[in-house]
Amino acid sequence: MTVLDVRDLSVDYLTDEGNALHAVESVNLRVEQGRSLGLVGESGCGKTTVMMALLRLLPQEGRIVSGQVLFDGQDLLSLSESGMRDIRWRQISMVFQGAMNALNPVRTVESRIVEALLVHGSTPLRSAARRRAGELLHLVGIPPERGQQYPHQYSGGMRQRAVIAMALACSPRILIADEPTTALDVMIQAQILELLEELQRELDLALILVTHDLGMVAEVCDEVLVMYGGMVAEYAGTDEVFNDPRHPYTQRLLEAFPDVEEPGSALASIPGAPPRLDDLPPGCRFEPRCQCEWREAICAEKVPPLVEITPGHRIACHWAWRSV
Amino acid sequence: MAAQPILEVRGLFKYFAVARGVWEMLTHRQPRYVRAVDGVSFAVKRGEILALVGESGSGKTTVGMNVLGLQHPTRGHVLFDGCDVSEWAQGHGPSVEADCSGLRDMNRRRRVMELRRRAQMVFQDPYESLNPRQTVFDIVAEPLEIHRLTRSRGEKRERAKVALETCGLTPAEHFWGRFPAELSGGQRQRVVVAGALVLEPDLLVADEPVSMLDVSIRAEILNLLHALRRERGITILYTTHDLATAGFFTDRMAVMYLGRIVELGPTAQVLSEPCHPYTRALISVVPVPNPRRRHRRTILQGEIPNPIDVPPGCRFHPRCPDAVAACREIDPELRQIGPGRRVACIRA
Repeated sequence: MTVLDVRDLSVDYLTDEGNALHAVESVNLRVEQGRSLGLVGESGCGKTTVMMALLRLLPQEGRIVSGQVLFDGQDLLSLSESGMRDIRWRQISMVFQGAMNALNPVRTVESRIVEALLVHGSTPLRSAARRRAGELLHLVGIPPERGQQYPHQYSGGMRQRAVIAMALACSPRILIADEPTTALDVMIQAQILELLEELQRELDLALILVTHDLGMVAEVCDEVLVMYGGMVAEYAGTDEVFNDPRHPYTQRLLEAFPDVEEPGSALASIPGAPPRLDDLPPGCRFEPRCQCEWREAICAEKVPPLVEITPGHRIACHWAWRSV
Repeated sequence: MAAQPILEVRGLFKYFAVARGVWEMLTHRQPRYVRAVDGVSFAVKRGEILALVGESGSGKTTVGMNVLGLQHPTRGHVLFDGCDVSEWAQGHGPSVEADCSGLRDMNRRRRVMELRRRAQMVFQDPYESLNPRQTVFDIVAEPLEIHRLTRSRGEKRERAKVALETCGLTPAEHFWGRFPAELSGGQRQRVVVAGALVLEPDLLVADEPVSMLDVSIRAEILNLLHALRRERGITILYTTHDLATAGFFTDRMAVMYLGRIVELGPTAQVLSEPCHPYTRALISVVPVPNPRRRHRRTILQGEIPNPIDVPPGCRFHPRCPDAVAACREIDPELRQIGPGRRVACIRA
């Protein structure tokens, strides 16, 4: 069952001079109940903006220009602000990037979770909320008695677990995790990934994992959406993206990723830098860095549409059909 | 002199005293120590790339600091080209071992300067290690001024230009008037490397140089470091927690756990046949970019213990999946198990 269906979402940022920068352009994505989607791309490709837009948490300069965000068939973009507040945290919950550093240093971890439970109305009773907080901490692998401690007494990995517990406080159906393991050690990263996988299975969550780490996506996700320059480059099942990538950007990205099982193999970097929002190429966003043999004048002139080349495998490239 | 390693670390210990409270002072309690580095020895050959791998708290950065003389070892020696770095930095004159390249006769300040010139560091975060108010040229040329290596402004420009262009910032004229804020993450890290390179060092200590960068840019910086070794024979000590990047370009690998080396050997061998359970666990949790090769991860529970209270016996035994009773008592030595391979585990 589709829980979230984002259609043609476009977001602009307005500059002080009044110009509109196209941060996200016609992004489509769907998430099924109990499945996971990986949103991959370099910094600045718009992946966090998409998530902020669908929760309607964009900063002041951000404008949703067009599109629909259907949650259970209901368009979140047409909801009132109070209607939206009922959705956030209770239906769609997000672990923000760097949230582990945003725990209140002068409040105990448990009291933060209790507050979330009370404010979002899961329960009016403080005693019930405290019991639930204990359960949540247990769920993410923190001994409940450590809920009485302060964030500085936690390690990085535990803080991240606490933040995930907070996000799960109101039993959401969708959990968005934005770079949940950046800045954590490999072993702790693996622990957090395992936790997310377990939670997803046990709670039948729809999980959206936003990251630049392809390896993490390969380990956890069912589907992958690769973004570049604010647009979808490739969107397909995880196996297709990693074993049969069709977009030149995805191909290059995979070549640039080191594989511990093949030490010593060459790493190809992608020359150049991602496009700046105030200087987007008129055609395919990737054209200036693309080294594909098929590249032609049209690539620099026209934005390629997203086409479905095989069932469930969509790419945005003028030469999408070349090898089918 | 070809056989002499450019860098040799012998029995290095670095303890930091934990601040005592008033009560502890009044009761004359023994001061306690964070045992950041607890007996580490290794040697790096000229032109070699050695990876120091470990989680945070394993002591890998502390080793790098001691190698550069930025910290003084509690015990042990760091020999750079045969001269004792720690004694240089403390100013006790050259060590007994010092018998090289005329350094012995220099006064202390000159010796320290010479060390600084020949051993440079690349820091982790190019967003914080560059002065935002300096232009790229100033950043790259400043070391030349400090070391008074150039006589004229033209010569300084020339050397800065060479360093920038070696690091792929071509043409240098296009970049040197810019401020760090105008550069991308990859370009900033290139500036950091150029600033280290302008002095033509023999040794580069690169402390997690790519962990703050995007995947597509990591490859660029790693390829650059690799090329520096190939073309200039620079020796690199690469500290990281990421086995995948270490596997890509290093010759040998030392895996550290809680202040000690637990496994040491040629990178390809360590990765394909790890002998220490900690190395095996570390390898198993590196994400593999292929869903068809999803495999069982050996996830160690908990985190590295506090280096104040190091577990008795093998320091890894509380988290070790293969520990036996003897591991609680025997503190294993780093012993030879094959040509160039050492491991600290009684069961290996």
